[in-house]
Amino acid sequence: MADHRDDGTNSLGPVIAMANICKSFNNNVVLDNVDFELLRGEVHVLAGGNGAGKSTLMKILQGVYSMDSGSIEINGQPVNIGSIHGARAAGIGMVFQEFSLVPTLSVARNVFLGNERRSSLGFLDDTDSVERTRAVFADMGVEIDPTITMGNLGTAYWQLTEIAKAIAQDAKVLILDEPTASLAKHEVDALFALVDRLTDNGISVIYISHRMDEIFRIGDRITVLRDGQRVLTSPLVDLTAGDVVHAIVGRKVEGAFEWKPRSVDRSGAPLLDVRHLNVGTRVRDVSFTAHRGEIIGLAGLMGAGRTELARALFGIDHIDSGEVLIRGQRVHLTNSGNAIAAGVALIPEDRREQGLVLEHSVRDNILLTLLGRFRRGPLLNDRKGSAIAAELINELSVKTASPKLTVGRLSGGNQQKVVIGKWLGTDPDILIMDEPTAGVDIGTKTEIVERIRALADLGKVVIVISSELPELLAVADRVLVLRAGAIDRTIERVDIADEHALQLAIQGVAA
Amino acid sequence: MTDLSTGQTTTRPAGRIPALLRRSGADWRQYVIYIGFVAIFAIFALTLNDKGFLQSNNLLNIPRQASVVAVAAVAMTFVIACAEIDLSVGSLAGLAGIAAAFGSHHGGLVMAILAALGVGLLIGTINGLLVTIVEIPSFLVTLSMLWMIRGFGQWRTSAKGQPIAAAAFKTIFGSNSMRIVWLVVFAVIGTIVLNKTRAGRFVLATGGNRTAAEFSGISTKRVKFWIFVASSVCASFAGMILAANLNNTGKYEYGNGLELSVIAAVILGGTSLFGGKGSVPGTIFGALFVQLIGNGLLLTGLESSQLDIIKGGIIVVAVALRRDRKGVR
Repeated sequence: MADHRDDGTNSLGPVIAMANICKSFNNNVVLDNVDFELLRGEVHVLAGGNGAGKSTLMKILQGVYSMDSGSIEINGQPVNIGSIHGARAAGIGMVFQEFSLVPTLSVARNVFLGNERRSSLGFLDDTDSVERTRAVFADMGVEIDPTITMGNLGTAYWQLTEIAKAIAQDAKVLILDEPTASLAKHEVDALFALVDRLTDNGISVIYISHRMDEIFRIGDRITVLRDGQRVLTSPLVDLTAGDVVHAIVGRKVEGAFEWKPRSVDRSGAPLLDVRHLNVGTRVRDVSFTAHRGEIIGLAGLMGAGRTELARALFGIDHIDSGEVLIRGQRVHLTNSGNAIAAGVALIPEDRREQGLVLEHSVRDNILLTLLGRFRRGPLLNDRKGSAIAAELINELSVKTASPKLTVGRLSGGNQQKVVIGKWLGTDPDILIMDEPTAGVDIGTKTEIVERIRALADLGKVVIVISSELPELLAVADRVLVLRAGAIDRTIERVDIADEHALQLAIQGVAA
Repeated sequence: MTDLSTGQTTTRPAGRIPALLRRSGADWRQYVIYIGFVAIFAIFALTLNDKGFLQSNNLLNIPRQASVVAVAAVAMTFVIACAEIDLSVGSLAGLAGIAAAFGSHHGGLVMAILAALGVGLLIGTINGLLVTIVEIPSFLVTLSMLWMIRGFGQWRTSAKGQPIAAAAFKTIFGSNSMRIVWLVVFAVIGTIVLNKTRAGRFVLATGGNRTAAEFSGISTKRVKFWIFVASSVCASFAGMILAANLNNTGKYEYGNGLELSVIAAVILGGTSLFGGKGSVPGTIFGALFVQLIGNGLLLTGLESSQLDIIKGGIIVVAVALRRDRKGVR
């Protein structure tokens, strides 16, 4: 998509003009004189590392936060967005990253939630809302039955319903925050087709994403924030991916994602030996071995059983049959405590739900797995605990104002580092990482990739699950391709030509 | 995702003191219960001096009378910090007094104590198993238990008071000095366990995010089970203080409504009803605070009915002041 729409729309002026926006939390300056303009019918990508200020800028636009200084104009009129309702009234609709839909209500009721249609008698008019929802979906070119219960629909439909909800409220501006994070490829295509259709109708889209291919595929212009300042605004046709990464990171990324062959000694006994593992219907007869210093990549489509295999090896999911040997000893992985004792650690898929106690401090989260390490008799030795936490925070360069800061206030990348720190501290022999770089900025991604290599060099087994193939190809010595719960193929990294080849293997097409 | 993580420290010349407070992780809302306690105490000291508020015996009456609630509330702090609730503590306190009376007839003081604590252990085990194994929400388990215990006590005693046949029982649990001793002992043990032991961290992590705790190798079922056992045993202990203090007699209805005072003390003290946060000293001051208000207002000559109205109002105000700030996670 090029910037052809800009012609003729500039004369009308921008839909949104935010100027000199400043915002501080406590003593942290989060936004420093940021300008942001959105033109009618454009897709404007907003990019930046975690902690760069994107979310804060969008929350100010939606009236969730108030700005310290600066001005916002909508269609040339200065506005004072005091609340979420104010933003809605001004035509700003948000498609939430974490969905704002009620699973027990019908699609139509969700679309008109808080904005219910009423009959002339003042009662709720379900028939009307169903009709209108159907009309909105028809406009969007989407087929969803408005009467179906939300909870019966898959993630992709939730996303579409969120968009329908915004449109039904007559939004002229849509904010899409990492909308493709949980979508399959064909669903992404459908979403992008929808975005095209919306922009043709004069709706403007602010698109927040970390994924470079998407940015160039869908964006007209891009604004990059770094450390609370705007460092770049430009039409995307004038840029290369390298320019964008450079603007986001502020330094050159030096071949972090380039694979270098590593030598793994597979002559001795394996550290991890998995034999004929079965977990319900999700993992079927999986056998593999891993030697010290080896990085194993688990590839596969959504639902191929990667996460279930990881959970079973960490004692979360019940193993129905098969055995797991660690250091030649059979281990009974009946709960996570056993797995930890056997030297296994899992960095889970969903850091907010499974990895962290969001309301607790950075320190307490890191120390949760390490409580046995700083005891004095029956009591905890707080000073020693703080020293352990400080060391891990330093080692992983977690950006936090203080170890006592609530972890939920950190950016996604820094939260992920806290989860990694929590498990590095246990000094596991086998580290399983499930989508370790999901929702993490490019700088942190690089750090995580380097960390994985460093851990393997220390003689650990690292099992990496990732849907981002460049990342998987950058670290893995061997890739296991899972399909419908079973190992479909085992490929040595040297035998994989490129991302395309791996993609074909995952899709089950013989290379 | 909020963007507070930039780690930059820019110093603003103004507002240095709030900044200092913040840096030390402090937020005045956490201390509402202490501030409130001091403020109300000061008001009573100034206005009720001529009525004898500041006489040492009157002042000591506050912790004495608060001891029953405080002892049960220490354990309730753990229950609520673990995102659970125990509504059975009041009925159980009543039953513990009856059990002590039965025990005293079969083996004097020692059997009285063992019988009371044994009842607590039994009820706590049942509550814990129903919550963790049968997976019934604790609200429903302990609500049912509240009625069953009360009915059982009333039935077995024909609703009559049961004298405890051990004079020492009254001294150990009901005397003026020992009531204060028990309050201090439970406060100290509770504070240490919650803040300084693994068990305490397990409770807070389980209450804060059960899934994350489970993924961190914590058996959250085990944590919850023991929380209910501890709650019931402490409630039985509170019941012994209560019975010793009421003519050394156990009666099924002595603990009626106690659970509500206990929960109020815990919430006033800053423990989150949603779990994950808890403060034992806060709970103790919550219990003392409620007693302080009662004590002072009684001296002004108000009736106990009027007193309840004011007490309720003050609790609402205190909790409102303490509530977490919105918009910032």
